[in-house]
Amino acid sequence: MNERADPQKLPRDGSFEIRDWLRLELMPHFMCPGCGHGIALRALLWALDELGIDKDKLAVVSGIGCSGRTAAYIDANTFHVTHGRPLAFATGLKLARPDLTVIVISGDGDSLAIGGNHFLHACRRNLDMTLILLNNEIYGMTGGQVSPTTTADRFTTTTPFGNNEPVFDACEVAKAAGATFVGREATLQTPNLKDLLKHAVAHHGFSMVEVISDCTEIYGRKNDLGNSPEMILAQKSGMRPEAYRNTVDQPFRPNPFRTGVLHRGDRQEYLDAYRARVQAVQAAKGGGK
Amino acid sequence: MNTQTPVNLQGNHACALGAIAAGCTFYAGYPITPSSEIAEHMARELPKVGGVFIQMEDEIASMAAVTGASMGGARAMTATSGPGFSLKQENLGLAAMMEAPCVVVDVMRGGPSTGMPTRPSQSDVMQARWGSHGDRPVIAIAPASVPEVYAETIRAFSLAERLRTPVILLVDEVIGHLVETVTLHEPDEAEKGARKWAEGSREGFLPYAITEDGIPPMPRPGDGYRAHATGLTHGENGFPTQKPEEVARVMNRLLGKIEKHRDIIDKWECVDCEDAEILVVAIGISARAARAAVREARSRGIPAGLFRPITLWPFPEEAAKRAAANARTVIVPEMNAGQLVLEVERVLGCGRNVRPVNRIDGEPVAPAEILQAIEEAKA
Repeated sequence: MNERADPQKLPRDGSFEIRDWLRLELMPHFMCPGCGHGIALRALLWALDELGIDKDKLAVVSGIGCSGRTAAYIDANTFHVTHGRPLAFATGLKLARPDLTVIVISGDGDSLAIGGNHFLHACRRNLDMTLILLNNEIYGMTGGQVSPTTTADRFTTTTPFGNNEPVFDACEVAKAAGATFVGREATLQTPNLKDLLKHAVAHHGFSMVEVISDCTEIYGRKNDLGNSPEMILAQKSGMRPEAYRNTVDQPFRPNPFRTGVLHRGDRQEYLDAYRARVQAVQAAKGGGK
Repeated sequence: MNTQTPVNLQGNHACALGAIAAGCTFYAGYPITPSSEIAEHMARELPKVGGVFIQMEDEIASMAAVTGASMGGARAMTATSGPGFSLKQENLGLAAMMEAPCVVVDVMRGGPSTGMPTRPSQSDVMQARWGSHGDRPVIAIAPASVPEVYAETIRAFSLAERLRTPVILLVDEVIGHLVETVTLHEPDEAEKGARKWAEGSREGFLPYAITEDGIPPMPRPGDGYRAHATGLTHGENGFPTQKPEEVARVMNRLLGKIEKHRDIIDKWECVDCEDAEILVVAIGISARAARAAVREARSRGIPAGLFRPITLWPFPEEAAKRAAANARTVIVPEMNAGQLVLEVERVLGCGRNVRPVNRIDGEPVAPAEILQAIEEAKA
């Protein structure tokens, strides 16, 4: 252990205490210096705290990659599953245990590439859970390969001549696939992100929040994007305009969480619909066709 | 349906009814020939007993959903066939690693690749054992009749729950679609088998504790344990580890728990094995053909016998050795290019002549072919 302050002994200010939500025995954590995922994790725990979520009834499912490793730090029922499959795993978990608050933490590679099919169908079904998609535009864990959200022309270890593929807009895909709550926020605006996540978790149905996160150490370094504060501040100036015009055009808006909500749909939640249908058929003394 | 009245059912239907009788509460699946009738029956029957059926977007998702439901406390099942079974292997490994009880039915069809969707085969014998990467523990059961499909589905759930492990039911397409008479007995709670849930102190709780019986009590989400489960190699506390001594300890426990419970896992049938000089070893529909061949051989004065593993993996090797005590020749008929024969050679090959009888043309092995092999061995 290096010379770090004991997190338990740091002063408390009486409001939200992230230490109440973390498995402190696992500190120091795994993330690189400057990684945006820690900010997103803080925003999530802050949102859960303000919502008064019971940790015993909270299940967090994650896949593989840097995003996948964040779940273990949360003091809840946590499941670290296979690459791209957290939404499918969480679907089974939620159907078996509707009493649990189910949150999926995933990444751009995890949910838009290898888990793309599960992403589409989770949006379509509208089962009550929340997907937090940490988009850092890169496969960080494996050393910095191109992902479906890597900005055009950027360099990665597998695009040594620059990325020639167009990006996926996760929010547009989610909306088209039928998600009933879609939002996006950058780590720069942590309180806004927290508010957006509060609405997403409180939403009865499938909610998806894309978090614009930064990979300073691998992606930033390779593309001369500056140090961590510089990368975060660049979110303000619309660092990814070609892909995210709908949010970064107006990074600071007077009513932040509302502007972070890109889409709301009004559709019956999956399990409610399933139960209602079965009950209706059984009440009519039918056994189904 | 009166449970004491014999009914005529196809194997796939019996499998679904066996699952419901065993207390199955969750099914996730994906359509595939020749197993789809299982999903169709579950879609109809599960909601009536308060369970949930879902057709997922693919085979991978259905296995992931089954694993998730199981970790939430459900008695969970899925069914598929060869190509889907390949896709399930990824999360079958996860279920083995997380120790999520579940039942995975593979109604085998001809392969490789898309193969012959409506023709029988036994070509997933080795996929069941070794289909996932890494040394995953597994139990695989190979029923040979429709009544046995019903009974063994119930036993599969019991083993899965009691031992916290995935259990595979390997069904021949012939048996999946064969109609036979079944008496649907209702298992009692003891026969259904219960999962060992964590009880007691939350303080210092170890979700993957090394216990005497090799089975760590499972923390039920919501009970306050707030445990971590991962596909990464983990220590007793559930968190990832790469410390060699810790990895060796937890992996030996994981693999050892199957060996430790052979008393309830191993199951086989012997027909005329005591004095058999020629022993046929076969599973499923091939064993039924072998039974007819052995009976005919006996009537011709040839001392033949049949050893039928009902639990295929782990292979019941001690029982097989006893059955082969007097055998000089071992004949292994199977509907593949030679898979079970490899295990039989490993277990019984020393000092005995092991002869395969294979069919890879989408037809079951006929009794006459096995009888011919027996007569050749006698000569």
